[in-house]
Amino acid sequence: MSTPTSTSTTSSISSTAGRTQAAAPIPTDVQTLPFAKAINAGLRAALGGDDKVLLMGEDIGPLGGVFRVTDGLQASFGADRVVDTPLAESGILGTAIGLALRGYRPVCEIQFDGFIFPAFDQITTQLAKMHYRSRGRLTVPVVVRVPYGGGIGAVEHHSESPEVLFAHTPGLRVVSPGSPQDAYTMIQEAIASPDPVLFFEPKGRYWEKGAVDLSAGPYGRRAAEQQGADADQQGAADEQSAGGQGDADEQPVRESITVREPITVAEANGFATLNTAVVARPGTDLTLVAYGPTVATALKVAEAAASEGTSIEVVDLRSISPLDTDTVVESVRKTHRCVVVHEAPTFLGTGAEIAATVTERCFYDLEAPVLRVGGFHTPYPVAKIEHEYLPSLDRVLDAVDRSLAF
Amino acid sequence: MTDLMQPTEASQTDEDAPVQLVTPDGRRVADDRNAPYRARTSHLGPEELRGLYRDMVLVRRFDTEATALQRQGELALFAPLLGQEAAQIGSGRALAPQDVAFPSYREHGVAHTRGLDMAQILRLFRGVDHGGWDSEAHNFHLYTLVIGSHSLHATGYAMGVQRDGLVGTGDPERDTAVITYFGDGATSQGDVSEALGFAAVNNAPVVLFCQNNQWAISVPTSTQTRVPLYRRGAGFGVPSVRVDGNDVLACYAVTAEALERARSGGGPTFIEAVTYRMGAHTTSDDPTRYRTRAEEDYWRDRDPIARLHALLVSEGAWDDEAAAALDAECEALGERIRASVRALGKPAAASMFDHVYATDHQVVSRESAWFESYESSFTDQGGHR
Repeated sequence: MSTPTSTSTTSSISSTAGRTQAAAPIPTDVQTLPFAKAINAGLRAALGGDDKVLLMGEDIGPLGGVFRVTDGLQASFGADRVVDTPLAESGILGTAIGLALRGYRPVCEIQFDGFIFPAFDQITTQLAKMHYRSRGRLTVPVVVRVPYGGGIGAVEHHSESPEVLFAHTPGLRVVSPGSPQDAYTMIQEAIASPDPVLFFEPKGRYWEKGAVDLSAGPYGRRAAEQQGADADQQGAADEQSAGGQGDADEQPVRESITVREPITVAEANGFATLNTAVVARPGTDLTLVAYGPTVATALKVAEAAASEGTSIEVVDLRSISPLDTDTVVESVRKTHRCVVVHEAPTFLGTGAEIAATVTERCFYDLEAPVLRVGGFHTPYPVAKIEHEYLPSLDRVLDAVDRSLAF
Repeated sequence: MTDLMQPTEASQTDEDAPVQLVTPDGRRVADDRNAPYRARTSHLGPEELRGLYRDMVLVRRFDTEATALQRQGELALFAPLLGQEAAQIGSGRALAPQDVAFPSYREHGVAHTRGLDMAQILRLFRGVDHGGWDSEAHNFHLYTLVIGSHSLHATGYAMGVQRDGLVGTGDPERDTAVITYFGDGATSQGDVSEALGFAAVNNAPVVLFCQNNQWAISVPTSTQTRVPLYRRGAGFGVPSVRVDGNDVLACYAVTAEALERARSGGGPTFIEAVTYRMGAHTTSDDPTRYRTRAEEDYWRDRDPIARLHALLVSEGAWDDEAAAALDAECEALGERIRASVRALGKPAAASMFDHVYATDHQVVSRESAWFESYESSFTDQGGHR
């Protein structure tokens, strides 16, 4: 390759990019990470991939958040991009909306599920409706990260699952990852989405580990591609040096490959973790639907049932809004039985929506009514008895037995 | 009657007295206290004064026309600005083109100063859209109906302006300020206090402009506060000023000063413009149930348009010819407003599914498809719609 410093940037982009794709496939970089570190890595990828991304929240700077999810990010990206805010959730969301209107992509951390309600007005009356009321002229790409769910022995307001309150608000996307890989990819897709996203993080799973491919996700892929291009370019430069024609001052224009491919609405429409459920474990006898913290529970249930000769298919919804009912219906048409499990109260919950949809769409395929396992219609109880409130392995197995015996 | 009702009567030595440049009967006021503000209006000659007067009169004509259209059943609702023309035109005309305004829902006068055709506003009150004008083209955000919410949007937007490096560059065509409008009732909302807090600690280039029009629907300002509202700013470390909201020159001057502070990197300002909502809260309201005729008479004597008119006349800047030209302009505006409102069609029912999300959303797509098939199931029988 020649090294013309005067080469126009445009032609340099296309030629470099085209050659890179042929010569260097996206390098995968699989690491074993806990959930919290996977989200941290996803945030890092987004901050590195788009200067307009910024994090806002309480104690997310030097402390790294009360769960350390933002650990080290302020040190890397500065206090203007990883912003410790005043202690005011409505203020965080309201100013995030303003920043989004100015072209930024704020990612707000709400410290605990039960503390989101001061921001409920901003989220439901403003954030959710801005695109609609502006007839599509304005977008507010704000992400609200919410550590949620129980099982951690916490005090009041620290263990709740309020996702349905938001899923019932048109204009918001509501998602919850069930694995470290999805957490890594999904936080990036949420940030890259032009729509506001409520991102519910199962805090009880923060330290459970899984394999994470760091080249996944819109920002991870771009970074990996660039890495490949850099390596490739380095190879070309080495070749030149070897040929004796290189000149240190005549390196190819670096900007030609640091120009980032913008994220289009078409690309966002294809974001799998924001739009589709996934079969986490295939099976034939019963469909067990879960999301967020209950995905791990459901997988354990399936394991236990398998030892008794029952084959359970676990569907991880990933997104509550939208709700990928096609994947659930397809599974139920095969298994004829369905149990839904979530930590939130079952009354008027996600399970009720799935039960209604499954009944409407595959009534004649069902061998048993759709059953729900979840929280009760009580405030989240005190820590000493929370495991009787949460959908435990035994309670889900009980529902599985009732469905099979119907 | 409370002291807040009679700000123009208050002693000029009282620190709570609003900044005033022109008395209610149209005489210029010159004292040590208002000297810096007088300096900010010294470039406004007879032509500029006539321009401000024209703005106020046109906006009032729009207001009158819209109220009448509601009475005729052409609008579902209207929120008149009657009496607040000076606060809105004075502050709005102080904005630079690149400055950005975040209004509440009564800021028709500010809309006019931002070059927005006021007929656009009536789409919201007619019920054909939620006020979806091109906010970026006018640097005038959409109306916000939830009281005080937008004060935070303005503050966040100003934090974005800071990050864009458009504060304190010294280039008057680039340095950018943000202004947000809300009322006396909104100051009781937590969001306005949070906006003051976020603006202060971030030194955000935002002006919080409170039109204290004495009434939050039926509740007087005395139910919202025990201290003059402008004093709220001090607790947040935000410079604050109280201005006679019916004095267009004073409103222009204090806003110009605040905007300049914001653009140059001096941070936020809180302005309390003491004015009066001469009309009802909206066309659904009945002020006779909660306030007296005497109070309304008191403020009618302090009409902001009459004040500027008196000044123009006393300074020989107004004549029959100018009056006739403005009358004709008002008639033309009224006619255009009436015609444009009546010409607004009903949106297609299926448009309710548009722009819920910027991306595809399975639930909306599914419901939209169902609705379309439901609607089309009637067309064979001669048309459901």
